[in-house]
Amino acid sequence: MSATPLLTVDGIGKSYGARIGCADVSFDLWPGEVMGIVGESGSGKSTLLGCLAGHLTPDTGHVIFDTTADGPRDVLAMSEPERRMLARTDWAFVHQNPRDGLRMGVSAGGNVGERLMAVGARHYGQIRDQATEWLGRVEINADRIDDKPRQFSGGMQQRLQIARNLVTGPRLVFMDEPTGGLDVSVQARLLDLLRGLVRRMGLSAVIVTHDLAVVRLLADRLVVMKDGRIVEQGLTDQVLDDPQHPYTQLLVSSVLQV
Amino acid sequence: MIAVQDVEKRFTLHTQGGAVLQVMAGASLSVAPGECVALIGASGAGKSTLMRMIWGNYRTDGGLIRVGDVHVSGAEPRAIIALRRATLGYVSQFLRVVPRVPTLEVVAEPLLALGIYEAEARERAAEILTRVNIPERLWSLSPTTFSGGEQQRVNIARGFVHHWPALLLDEPTASLDGSNRAVVLSLIAEAKARGAAILGIFHDESARAQVCDREVDVTSFAVAP
Amino acid sequence: MSDYNFAYLDEQTKRMIRRAILKGVAVPGYQVPFASREMPMPYGWGTGGVQVTAACLTPDDTLKVIDQGADDTTNAVSIRKFFERTAGVATSTHTAEATIIQTRHRIPEAALSDGQILVYQVPIPEPLRFLEPRETETRRMHALEDYGLMHVKLYEDIARNGAIATSYAYPVKVEGRYIMDPSPIPKFDNPKLSNTPALQLFGAGREQRIYAIPPFTQIVSLDFEDYPFEASKAPHACDLCADDTTYLDEVITDDHGGRMFVCSDTDHCETRRDAGYRGRLAPQEDAA
Repeated sequence: MSATPLLTVDGIGKSYGARIGCADVSFDLWPGEVMGIVGESGSGKSTLLGCLAGHLTPDTGHVIFDTTADGPRDVLAMSEPERRMLARTDWAFVHQNPRDGLRMGVSAGGNVGERLMAVGARHYGQIRDQATEWLGRVEINADRIDDKPRQFSGGMQQRLQIARNLVTGPRLVFMDEPTGGLDVSVQARLLDLLRGLVRRMGLSAVIVTHDLAVVRLLADRLVVMKDGRIVEQGLTDQVLDDPQHPYTQLLVSSVLQV
Repeated sequence: MIAVQDVEKRFTLHTQGGAVLQVMAGASLSVAPGECVALIGASGAGKSTLMRMIWGNYRTDGGLIRVGDVHVSGAEPRAIIALRRATLGYVSQFLRVVPRVPTLEVVAEPLLALGIYEAEARERAAEILTRVNIPERLWSLSPTTFSGGEQQRVNIARGFVHHWPALLLDEPTASLDGSNRAVVLSLIAEAKARGAAILGIFHDESARAQVCDREVDVTSFAVAP
Repeated sequence: MSDYNFAYLDEQTKRMIRRAILKGVAVPGYQVPFASREMPMPYGWGTGGVQVTAACLTPDDTLKVIDQGADDTTNAVSIRKFFERTAGVATSTHTAEATIIQTRHRIPEAALSDGQILVYQVPIPEPLRFLEPRETETRRMHALEDYGLMHVKLYEDIARNGAIATSYAYPVKVEGRYIMDPSPIPKFDNPKLSNTPALQLFGAGREQRIYAIPPFTQIVSLDFEDYPFEASKAPHACDLCADDTTYLDEVITDDHGGRMFVCSDTDHCETRRDAGYRGRLAPQEDAA
């Protein structure tokens, strides 16, 4: 087992005026692990994800990431250019709504190629070959490469967003409700795809969702949040099958069989 | 290989006014490599609870559980994840998989997680599926569409596709017909011969008699309500 | 002269614009915001260029104004008249005689020299706008040199047309730093942006931006390794002056498919004809 966590989150807190977004959140994420964050709407899970991914600036705490280039670095102390570089190399972010993560006016191939070009790829043929290969990996036909995302179904858009994010081989993927808004059979296909990619690429992931079935199938570890704080965390099946905290028990018991 | 020492378990039911149910105390047993031990006791005596605690699925509230050199009780999640990947196998009564994933993939998955190449993993998955008599025409279908007996055999295949040094079996022969039952018993015997430490729940007495070296009655660990 | 202040704008406004120009010269390719004034002409008619020209003019200057290379089109004529009336400066149609040249969509064919200022009229200064409509975001992208998106535009071009089909307003990188829109000049003119002894200033009136290329600045047109930049033109010689190295306009001459190609730079074409060059369709009486 690796000796250095990929991501160390230490005492992260963010308030919106008097209201707590999240408070005192700490955990380690190890290479190859998938961590789920669950909680009801307003529990602070999206705020937390935003703080981790650099979209929001937390009021307190540290986010230490083991960068490929320089080893562990405090992401919050990085300059904006460094953080952006990280966001398009080691990191990826999959939005709940593909419209937030895709360029709707740019073809599928251009969407996948953007990250390659952003890190310096300047050979059209090679960019196109890689885009074609990635469309195949997310089960989009190669003949759709020049179509715009708005001509795609919701499930295809979400798969395209995943291809666009993973093409540069990131090591950590943040996902915000990746299967939200998709119907059940499309969700299943996406989950299987994500599991396969996570395993083959040795990815680590932090997935925010309110769907316990999704974390059961995708996450190794689970964090349960309520009112901005972690109330329970552990192995996913242990937290779901033997919940200790009153809130987790309530959460698990309110769901039909998962 | 598997050691359980003075283990306790209680459930706090916060949804029911915080009632505390102490269900187990003083549970101790050990399973040596090459040994198969059966858990016995009446329904509700705590056989499954103990199995789940060894698997890391239920939290241990007192005492020690060790599998190989990992202390399951109190281990970090990643230690348990690594343990399940390489050392500890589990055949449950229920099949829990991502819908629409083909059977061959479901069975090959534990090998892929260990980093074995896809071609080899599929080959070994195909071998074991043949062994448990799942016809090849079903391999490309999701097991969620299968009958109870077929699902059970997919579970068995998944549980024996890798040679885990420690194995937990929860009713492996339930809902199987005679010939498939014999296949499973021979799989267990082979695992023992390789030196696997096996702990199981068998309601099927003759199966138990055939593969188990000794029995542990969990009734003595149960706490009277 | 007239009752207008010299070159129409008041002195404080001209100082404000000069400060923006100086900042633009100091940071080549960077878009400097400025407080664009209402001008007595509509947006799209060169209000940005006119303000930059007004701020640069001195009474000793000689002004040339071209529109698509021509000195005699409406836009060029009206701006030239505007400065004749409000500044009383000398005007010329000869590139070599002018000290300030205001241009819309062309760079003159004649090489520019030390001491000349070329002022471009710019409709949309932001090269990234096609792909990212938020101004806050494009400014951040410039600040952080986050330019992957610019190549996406070229990628889309090749994917759709089999080649980079952008033929005007072709994006460039200035001195290895800022990505810049060179205004809607044909890409044929892009090589002339680079390493010229003249000062190049860009004014966008509606968008309130000024930017600059100081003399002898390196300008590189963006491209792909396997689809390199090409400064293309129509594969013909000028039908009036026979020059086959200039940028050409296609002119429809009748409704039976008749057409001719002529230099878009009227001054260049006339100078050549005065020197005795004759194209395929040049009027014969000129030869006398």
